[in-house]
Amino acid sequence: MKQVSTVRGKAIPLDRVNVDTDQIIPAKHLKRIERTGYGPFAFESWRQDADFVVNNPAYAGAKIMLTRDNFGSGSSREHAVWALEGLGIEALVGVSFADIFRNNSFQGGLLTIELPEADIDYLMARAEELPTSEVVVDLESQTVRTADGSWERHFDIDAYKKYRLEHGLDDISMTLEYGDDISAFEGQRSELKPITTDE
Amino acid sequence: MSEAKTIAEKIWEQHVVDSSGQDEDRRAALAEDGGSDDESTEQADLLYIDLHLVHEVTSPQAFEGLRLAGRKVRRPDLTLATVDHNVPTSDRDKQNPDPLSAKQIEVMQQNAKEFGVPLFDIFDIRQGVVHIIGPEQGSTQPGMTIVCGDSHTSTHGAFGALAFGIGTSEVEHVLATQTLRQARPKTMSVEVTGELGLGVTAKDVILAIINKIGVNGGIGHVIEYRGEAIRKLSMEERMTICNMSIEGGARAGLVAPDETTFDYMKGRPHAPKGEEWDAALEYWKSLPTDEGATFDQEVVLDGAAIQPFVTWGTNPAQSVMVDGKVPDPEDVPLEQREGIERALTYMDLTANTPIIEIEIDRVFIGSCTNGRIEDLRAAATVAKGNHVASTVSAMVVPGSGLVKKQAEEEGLDVIFTKAGFDWRDAGCSMCLAMNPDILIPGERCASTSNRNFEGRQGPGGRTHLVSPAMAAAAAIAGHFVDVREVMV
Repeated sequence: MKQVSTVRGKAIPLDRVNVDTDQIIPAKHLKRIERTGYGPFAFESWRQDADFVVNNPAYAGAKIMLTRDNFGSGSSREHAVWALEGLGIEALVGVSFADIFRNNSFQGGLLTIELPEADIDYLMARAEELPTSEVVVDLESQTVRTADGSWERHFDIDAYKKYRLEHGLDDISMTLEYGDDISAFEGQRSELKPITTDE
Repeated sequence: MSEAKTIAEKIWEQHVVDSSGQDEDRRAALAEDGGSDDESTEQADLLYIDLHLVHEVTSPQAFEGLRLAGRKVRRPDLTLATVDHNVPTSDRDKQNPDPLSAKQIEVMQQNAKEFGVPLFDIFDIRQGVVHIIGPEQGSTQPGMTIVCGDSHTSTHGAFGALAFGIGTSEVEHVLATQTLRQARPKTMSVEVTGELGLGVTAKDVILAIINKIGVNGGIGHVIEYRGEAIRKLSMEERMTICNMSIEGGARAGLVAPDETTFDYMKGRPHAPKGEEWDAALEYWKSLPTDEGATFDQEVVLDGAAIQPFVTWGTNPAQSVMVDGKVPDPEDVPLEQREGIERALTYMDLTANTPIIEIEIDRVFIGSCTNGRIEDLRAAATVAKGNHVASTVSAMVVPGSGLVKKQAEEEGLDVIFTKAGFDWRDAGCSMCLAMNPDILIPGERCASTSNRNFEGRQGPGGRTHLVSPAMAAAAAIAGHFVDVREVMV
């Protein structure tokens, strides 16, 4: 896992609810066997519209995306996270995120920060008015603030997840430390549970 | 302690390998924070996984991760792979027209071989949509934890299993450790009371549920579907309901096992046999939600009031009953108006158009939602003796090779082909259009699949979600019709 601390940059206001992962990365681009190279296809169909916010050169280089309710709904494709990372996005600040997408983002070190709707309204309006203004997402202090320091909000994050992100810990290595517990569990596990190989 | 529990809580607790409270790193993290963050602290447990289903699209990077780290698959005997998402549904003996898909299928074959994972390969009669083959083989059983790199894993909840979709990094984690660290879900009861009317199917019930709770209504929750109308459903119908739990935002959906479940399972290849069957049955009967158990949320629907549903928009909650009309943005509160206008523009629909006046170009019958034998029988009943409208192109894609075989034994393939439907090989097909089965821009499709998102069945394509009988009726009429009026 990637180590994460502070993300500072311009914020793209994607002012739509229920953005599904088919929009973030269409299925036809899931045929590759690599983890990288999905950025050019992110929001492919919406980007055909010249006025789509991601096309706006004023937001070039943005590291933060502002989102609405239920962002990342639908398909479990982690390619959606890889596509956003390919766009240069390091943190999403929104009203709510779909469960699987949130888990996938965590795995990729892409922050998904939830704030109340009124705060997202404020940040969206500000980003639309001042596209080059920067926002800071500070994991250590658990705050989202405007770079000029005029506005600041606290966000919640599971302490354990925060710790793993701050230290860039590899999930699998951490779980493998519980190898004895897993073996013990397997030892007492019911023999009635099916196996997939031929008996 | 005889605390009343829901089935979801029981299954969860039976699979906890490690409770995060005991975790050293976690304690360190909490200490570092001065324990200040209790409110947002999730209960993340290390959960044992009984069955891991794998397919070609979300697994290559996971196997590559194992290879790079020098890791093995911990339990190949609890893992089952197939190829379904991008396999062609015709001319399989010929060269795959898409080199990228061909490569991905080949990589799945190589990974299965290298890591010792059983694979239902492309010419195996048992090949099919990953959520159809598990139940078919009896590999899906009550009380199990089941995961797959696919959001429709919730399908397996129909058996009273806790089944949910995961991403590729988590696929790698399960391959390496047979566990996942997951936050405890909340619970939600969705009760459907009464009796369903004639011509009203499980698909209509789940579309009605999603219409009511919204596409985000289930976030963070496991839904338990309950009530008289659910109890009366067959296993395949319950699978249709649980399948679309994710479309209501839920992490999983399930139905407590009962005699219907046990009857369906008996005699399947991986179902327990003899004395083991009796012992398993005793365990399965301990699973249903205890009387007095409470849910974090409860929703009730009147089953008798549900009619055949048709989606008009670009998410599965944007739906209306077949006797209804396309909504008018003027009739809704200002904050919802833009979303509806966007959807209507994409769908090229005019407000207040009666649903039955919407003309279609394509019909897709299949998918993990509606690709099982009962679905094909329902569609064939409507198709029999009729013909697909001259303006429509329609295809039937069985959910698995075994479903296809069964349908052919029943003569359904003949009914479909005589009626002008294409009869195909098993796969995900036009549910997500990763193979050659794809809408061309502007085409309108009546589909038995699960998602009507923009471009889901091909860029610029327009999807209306319906039941198999409604899809077949639309194919014949060339526009939506109330299937109850054509049923005899």
